[in-house]
Amino acid sequence: MSEVTQEQKENSYLDMQLLRFTTAGSVDDGKSTLIGRLLFDSKSIFEDQLESVETSSSKRGLDHVDLALLTDGLKDEREQGITIDVAYRYFATPKRKFIIADTPGHIQYTRNMVTGASTANLALILVDARKGVIEQTCRHAFIASLLQIPHLLVCVNKMDLVEYSEEAYDKVVKQFEDFAAKLEVPDIRFVPISALHGDNVVNRSENMEWYNGETLLHTLETIHISSDQDHVNVRFPVQTVIRPHNDKYHDYRGYAGRIAGGILKPGDDVTVLPSGFNSKIKSIDTMGESLQEAFAPMSVTLTLEDDIDISRGDMIVRPNNQPTSTQDIDVMLCWLNNKGPQPRAKYILQHTSNESRCMIREVLYKVDINTLHRIENDDQLEMNDIARVRLRSTKPLFIDDYNENRNTGSLILIDEATNETVAAGMIKS
Amino acid sequence: MRYTLTHLKELEAESIYVIREVYAQFENPVILFSGGKDSIVLTHLARKAFWPAKIPFPLMHVDTGHNFPETIEFRDNLIKDMGAKLIIGSVQGSIDKGRVREETGKNASRNALQTTTLLDTIEENNIDAAMGGARRDEEKARAKERFFSHRDDFGQWDPKNQRPELWNQFNGKKQMGEHFRVFPISNWTEMDVWQYILMENIAIPSLYIAHEREVIWRNNSWLPVSEYIKLEEHEKPELKKIRFRTLGDITITGGVESDADTLEKIVEEVAAARQTERGNRADDKRGETAMEDRKKQGYF
Repeated sequence: MSEVTQEQKENSYLDMQLLRFTTAGSVDDGKSTLIGRLLFDSKSIFEDQLESVETSSSKRGLDHVDLALLTDGLKDEREQGITIDVAYRYFATPKRKFIIADTPGHIQYTRNMVTGASTANLALILVDARKGVIEQTCRHAFIASLLQIPHLLVCVNKMDLVEYSEEAYDKVVKQFEDFAAKLEVPDIRFVPISALHGDNVVNRSENMEWYNGETLLHTLETIHISSDQDHVNVRFPVQTVIRPHNDKYHDYRGYAGRIAGGILKPGDDVTVLPSGFNSKIKSIDTMGESLQEAFAPMSVTLTLEDDIDISRGDMIVRPNNQPTSTQDIDVMLCWLNNKGPQPRAKYILQHTSNESRCMIREVLYKVDINTLHRIENDDQLEMNDIARVRLRSTKPLFIDDYNENRNTGSLILIDEATNETVAAGMIKS
Repeated sequence: MRYTLTHLKELEAESIYVIREVYAQFENPVILFSGGKDSIVLTHLARKAFWPAKIPFPLMHVDTGHNFPETIEFRDNLIKDMGAKLIIGSVQGSIDKGRVREETGKNASRNALQTTTLLDTIEENNIDAAMGGARRDEEKARAKERFFSHRDDFGQWDPKNQRPELWNQFNGKKQMGEHFRVFPISNWTEMDVWQYILMENIAIPSLYIAHEREVIWRNNSWLPVSEYIKLEEHEKPELKKIRFRTLGDITITGGVESDADTLEKIVEEVAAARQTERGNRADDKRGETAMEDRKKQGYF
């Protein structure tokens, strides 16, 4: 690390960004080794954690330190040596803080991969340089594309086992690009690595002079993520209304929420849905400070010039830029529950801060997530299935296409009897 | 203007969103307040979430009776400042009622007894959501915890049957008698918490700042001498300059030697630390999955 002055050191944390990325993988592809290496090389593993992993490894009769034991936290996972659930890991460098959603890679855990991918800016996909693109690679890439993760970083791993060969690397890149032509991912990058030896993970590899690109960590630290949010279409779902009822703020009525899209300024004309009333933004408040400008994903409180009846579930938008208001919603649905839906079953639908009831009217087709082929004439949904489905809501919702806005384009279904979250939907409008 | 948030502002926005969801989705939520830095940050975020209104829910403290006096003083001042309501669940009360039995022996603590008091207090006050300052980076079982964590009518956590949590959608639906634990600062690390305390200039108990104190060396850390612990013959109290990285019961919270007497120095010290903050907590040293086992039964 280069010399930094005391002042820079103290203030650098006020200039750090947050990057959320997801990984998927199974036991042998080196995912745990890679995560372990990132945590270890960025000094995010503490001595007592390492000691405890060493103790657990030797208790299991292993002759090496199994870094997977760092991430596999639950008793069953540790006993069976598998990752079942999404685990969240954290590390930071002076430039960025990272949140890793670490998910299992097997097809029976598709729902966990979908969950991990739902909040990610970037998907890290591991390919074994010896095996090339396999079914699991395609599945991970498809899920990343389905969940509209803006950046895909393909790590061609185990380069040490193919003698750091450029041809082997190029072959994998070519295979992946051929498959990826079918996907909607705006940004795909490749990096040849050896997670085990650390080549091109944090430090540049001396074994691959032919590679002129960035290291993995450098890419994670510098990849441009500012434009991942929608800063054009104003969407403000109202979470709750703030009424202080005290002397100083007697008539204060604020609409609290997290900006789901666009940039808001005091004086902007707005329309409130579903009532359709128009007003202007009077102030954008946070504790201790009123803002001249606010944007996604900030949590703020808006006050308006006019007294309008507004409650949770309403959406504040610009008059000339409104979402679609409809009761008929087409979605790509991922079924998350071990019990599939009954015909014409009804569910609670949560969309932004809004809630309604809905019915699954029609399953148009299912998708084979390994080949991306459509499966027609099979409308029986089971756990981990991905299907194009038509829903009918009891009241109109204010929706955008998921590709336009992940906040207003997503929804979940809840079973009315068990209260379980049974499905996640990406809206197609 | 760049339309990006710093990592602290983004974490803050996420936490405020979660706290507002709790207010909107539940009837009778509380903040679990321990007097530690995480619950202090959580309380600060709740103030921000509802400003200029007051925090619309009470703070709840599970009082083991084995407190640092500084913690209680800090708690009472904060409650007074905010004009908030305080609910106290007393472990001594649970012992007196015969609901639990005091541990005995050298390393005896009231840590495990808290679970019963916590669940009883939740039930007596009809609490349907208890917000806590737990973070996923603290412990491996917590790394799998949801923001909205469902508890059955026995207060138990079922880690294998957790509801999937996608995007910003939180499902707080429940049957009568069930409740939720909610963790708005799930995605924060110890470093984030300290940086945020520094950035926002949040008041914290003096225990976190390096100070002189009478301590003994036990279980690899400096344990404060108090009326609640028995000294072994060979244990001689010494005066050391120490600070605490986490605050729990005075009987199990060990300190580290430190000269960090300002927030800036603490942030530097945390950045250089080679041990996790819970490394000095005797409660986590009772086996490989000690935290998961306690959490399943209803622990924080």
